[in-house]
Amino acid sequence: MTILGHHIEEEVQAKLVLENGTIFTGEAFGATGESTGEVVFNTSLTGYQEILTDPSYAGQIVTMTYPLIGNYGINLEDLESVKPQVAGFIVKEYFDYHSNFRSIGSLGDWLSRHRILGIQGIDTRMLTRMIRTVGAMRGIISANDLDDARLLQKVRQSPEMKGLDLTKQVTTSEPYSWDEVDRTPFALAPLAQHRSGGGKWKVVVFDYGVKHNILRRLSSYGCVLTVVPSSYSAEQVLELNPDGIFLSNGPGDPAAVRYAIANIMKLVGRKPLFGICLGHQILALALGAKTFKLKFGHRGANHPVKNLLNGSVEITSQNHGFAVDPETFDPLAIEVTHVNLNDGTNEGFRHRSLPIFSVQYHPEASPGPHDSDYLFRQFVEMMERDRAPAVGPQSP
Amino acid sequence: MPKRTDITSILIIGSGPIVIGQACEFDYSGTQACRVLREEGYRIILVNSNPATIMTDPDLADATYVEPITPHFVEKIIEKERPDVILPTMGGQTALNTAVALAESGVLEKYGVELIGAKLEAIKKAEDRELFQRAMDRIGLATARGGFVRSRDEAVKIAAAIGFPIIIRPSFTLGGTGGGIAYNFEEFEEKVEHGLSSSPIHEVLIEESVIGWKEYELEVMRDLKDNVVIICSIENFDPMGVHTGDSITVAPAQTLSDKEYQHMRDAARKVIREIGVETGGSNIQFAVNPDNGRMIVIEMNPRVSRSSALASKATGFPIAKMAAKLAVGYTLDEIPNDITKQTPASFEPTIDYCVVKIPRWDFEKFKGVDDTLGVQMKSVGEVMAIGRTFKESLQKALRSLEQGYGGLGADGKDLVDVRSLSADQLPEWKKRVVDRLRMPKPLNVLYLRYALQLGLTIEDLFEITKVDRWFLHNLKQIVDFEEELRTYSLS
Repeated sequence: MTILGHHIEEEVQAKLVLENGTIFTGEAFGATGESTGEVVFNTSLTGYQEILTDPSYAGQIVTMTYPLIGNYGINLEDLESVKPQVAGFIVKEYFDYHSNFRSIGSLGDWLSRHRILGIQGIDTRMLTRMIRTVGAMRGIISANDLDDARLLQKVRQSPEMKGLDLTKQVTTSEPYSWDEVDRTPFALAPLAQHRSGGGKWKVVVFDYGVKHNILRRLSSYGCVLTVVPSSYSAEQVLELNPDGIFLSNGPGDPAAVRYAIANIMKLVGRKPLFGICLGHQILALALGAKTFKLKFGHRGANHPVKNLLNGSVEITSQNHGFAVDPETFDPLAIEVTHVNLNDGTNEGFRHRSLPIFSVQYHPEASPGPHDSDYLFRQFVEMMERDRAPAVGPQSP
Repeated sequence: MPKRTDITSILIIGSGPIVIGQACEFDYSGTQACRVLREEGYRIILVNSNPATIMTDPDLADATYVEPITPHFVEKIIEKERPDVILPTMGGQTALNTAVALAESGVLEKYGVELIGAKLEAIKKAEDRELFQRAMDRIGLATARGGFVRSRDEAVKIAAAIGFPIIIRPSFTLGGTGGGIAYNFEEFEEKVEHGLSSSPIHEVLIEESVIGWKEYELEVMRDLKDNVVIICSIENFDPMGVHTGDSITVAPAQTLSDKEYQHMRDAARKVIREIGVETGGSNIQFAVNPDNGRMIVIEMNPRVSRSSALASKATGFPIAKMAAKLAVGYTLDEIPNDITKQTPASFEPTIDYCVVKIPRWDFEKFKGVDDTLGVQMKSVGEVMAIGRTFKESLQKALRSLEQGYGGLGADGKDLVDVRSLSADQLPEWKKRVVDRLRMPKPLNVLYLRYALQLGLTIEDLFEITKVDRWFLHNLKQIVDFEEELRTYSLS
């Protein structure tokens, strides 16, 4: 098979095999090798660099529904963690020639440097339709072994996503502090208030696989961050005496992260809590609700979410395979605040009496729209209210 | 919010005859509006002088007036029909200008008729370049440097401050009529005079040239609850300096990273809110400097446009139909998505293909007309193609032009077979092709192929044309593949 403009001698054939036995043949780009994971699709038109570096994709092979990928190369700024986190990357047409003033190199070279296998020339539309019909499936991509039967055997032996605690793979090993903000010309307001005024809010961030833009946004709103491992105990956190606690996004099955749920149960009512994505699910589980696995998940930058508190619609960035079952909330304690307009699933809640709120989607965007950035301000306001009665009126 | 029940009849203004710069796209939008608003139970009154339109078919409106679209005649229709509201955003510039004239002369007030979709103030803020520039200043968005003048002397003063080349844009004209680019003083004087006389208010904008910058458009929808969604992003193959109607355009944008795209999206949301278009579709144009990413706002159309038709077909989101519903009070989350039927229209379409639009010119029918493309639209129509790659869509679009092209050349219509040229013929052809490419002309994309065959590099061609390197590289892939195909035989 020949892809336009690529010389035949450069091509390395590769295969994608799904657990239901479907076989796709394409070409390797990035690293060669072999990799297994849950095959999921993302509908964002832009933002492949952010998607690839989002730790929530650990253990997953991501396919982009948009067919032309690599167009604007790779830059130094659009990183959501220090390296690509996906188990593999599937595209229709990889573009090695990149054009953008910020680009420092091609996507393929970067993936190759980080030993991530990409496969192009795949009918990603057929693949996406299959995932939508059958549900998320395990898959294997290989440029080493092209034997269909062997690949199918390997994929069927690979672990299932349900019941998997993947936060252990991506969380930080040691606590660290964070004070960086977005320094690109595209940064959102407010910017680094604490650089001039000094950080006002001490926030502990549970790192279940946190995206850097969450840290940048919290920082921009004046939070001084201590990022701690997912296994950090409630006692250790309280010893730091933060103004608020943030529960990050992350990969895998929330119900499998039992130690985290137990930890958060101890923190409920002690400090203001804000969760995003996996953090939202863990918070819900700690408050007694249940989670379940979605058929094929929500991954993209165009999901409409209705804010039930003010009736407005937010276009949101999403990346989750599990969801909270709102029927399992204690209605006396919990109020649903956001709902997905596509399928009615839960997108957010708040506690009726305690300073706790949480969303399933990604207000930090990156990639995606900035419609929901107000939630970071809301977190700061919640800490402000929580602090006020204890210390009296605030002094500058 | 449910639909408005305080109104019962709506006057829709069409766009009149098809002219260069305003074609059947407004029949498309107006027909959608008639159909959907009639379905909602409103009495539809329509005025359009063009009989070759679907909207003037008897069953599309309750009362159809085939009359001149002038304030005088439309006033008579208002007097007779007494509509509650006018929807002026479906019939292009003609409808908008007529509505503005009726509002300003007091006719609307006299008969108690309300403008829906866009209010007078919003239309003026978007259309009057001086007000628009001030509005952009207020929300902190950059625009091109320059100013508005009403005389030659004022124009010369500004020209001295910004230097050539300079863009001249008359206020309130159709498809940029009477505008132009001046590279020297003589051209400048001539074009300013022409511009001043084409503008109904005798005013032109003298502006810093952003020729060669990347050009983008966003199609934006807003409802009365202030929900704003972006339906489609469009990137022009031809850089700034060529009217969008004369540019090859591509959806979605191809060479913006997410950070840049979201920056543009945020800007578009600010623009539609500041200008105050309450409901419906608007089109906002941006220019981006390819060297440093600096983004400026070029202009906004506070109505459906040629690009909305393209964006509707490119995404499956019927902008005019939705805009009509929003104008009578529905909100985006109350209207079902036309494709899924089950999910609401308050979403941003995502697509898994690439759309290419190529304009169609007919200069052979206008002997003696300068076919150099500029800020005044010269094409007479357009075609669109959908494919899984830019290359596929481009090839299909070229075939669709019905000018005999089989794609990007190699179809028996080539001007020259570059492989058959002798060594001493090559420099002459190189010069000929490069000279052609220096000026934006119809279907220069075919000359880009010759240039690549003649050995010019992507860097050379970027310097000459400022067409983004990504597009040029796609063309190179097609040219390389053509060469590869030649190495095979049919036997």
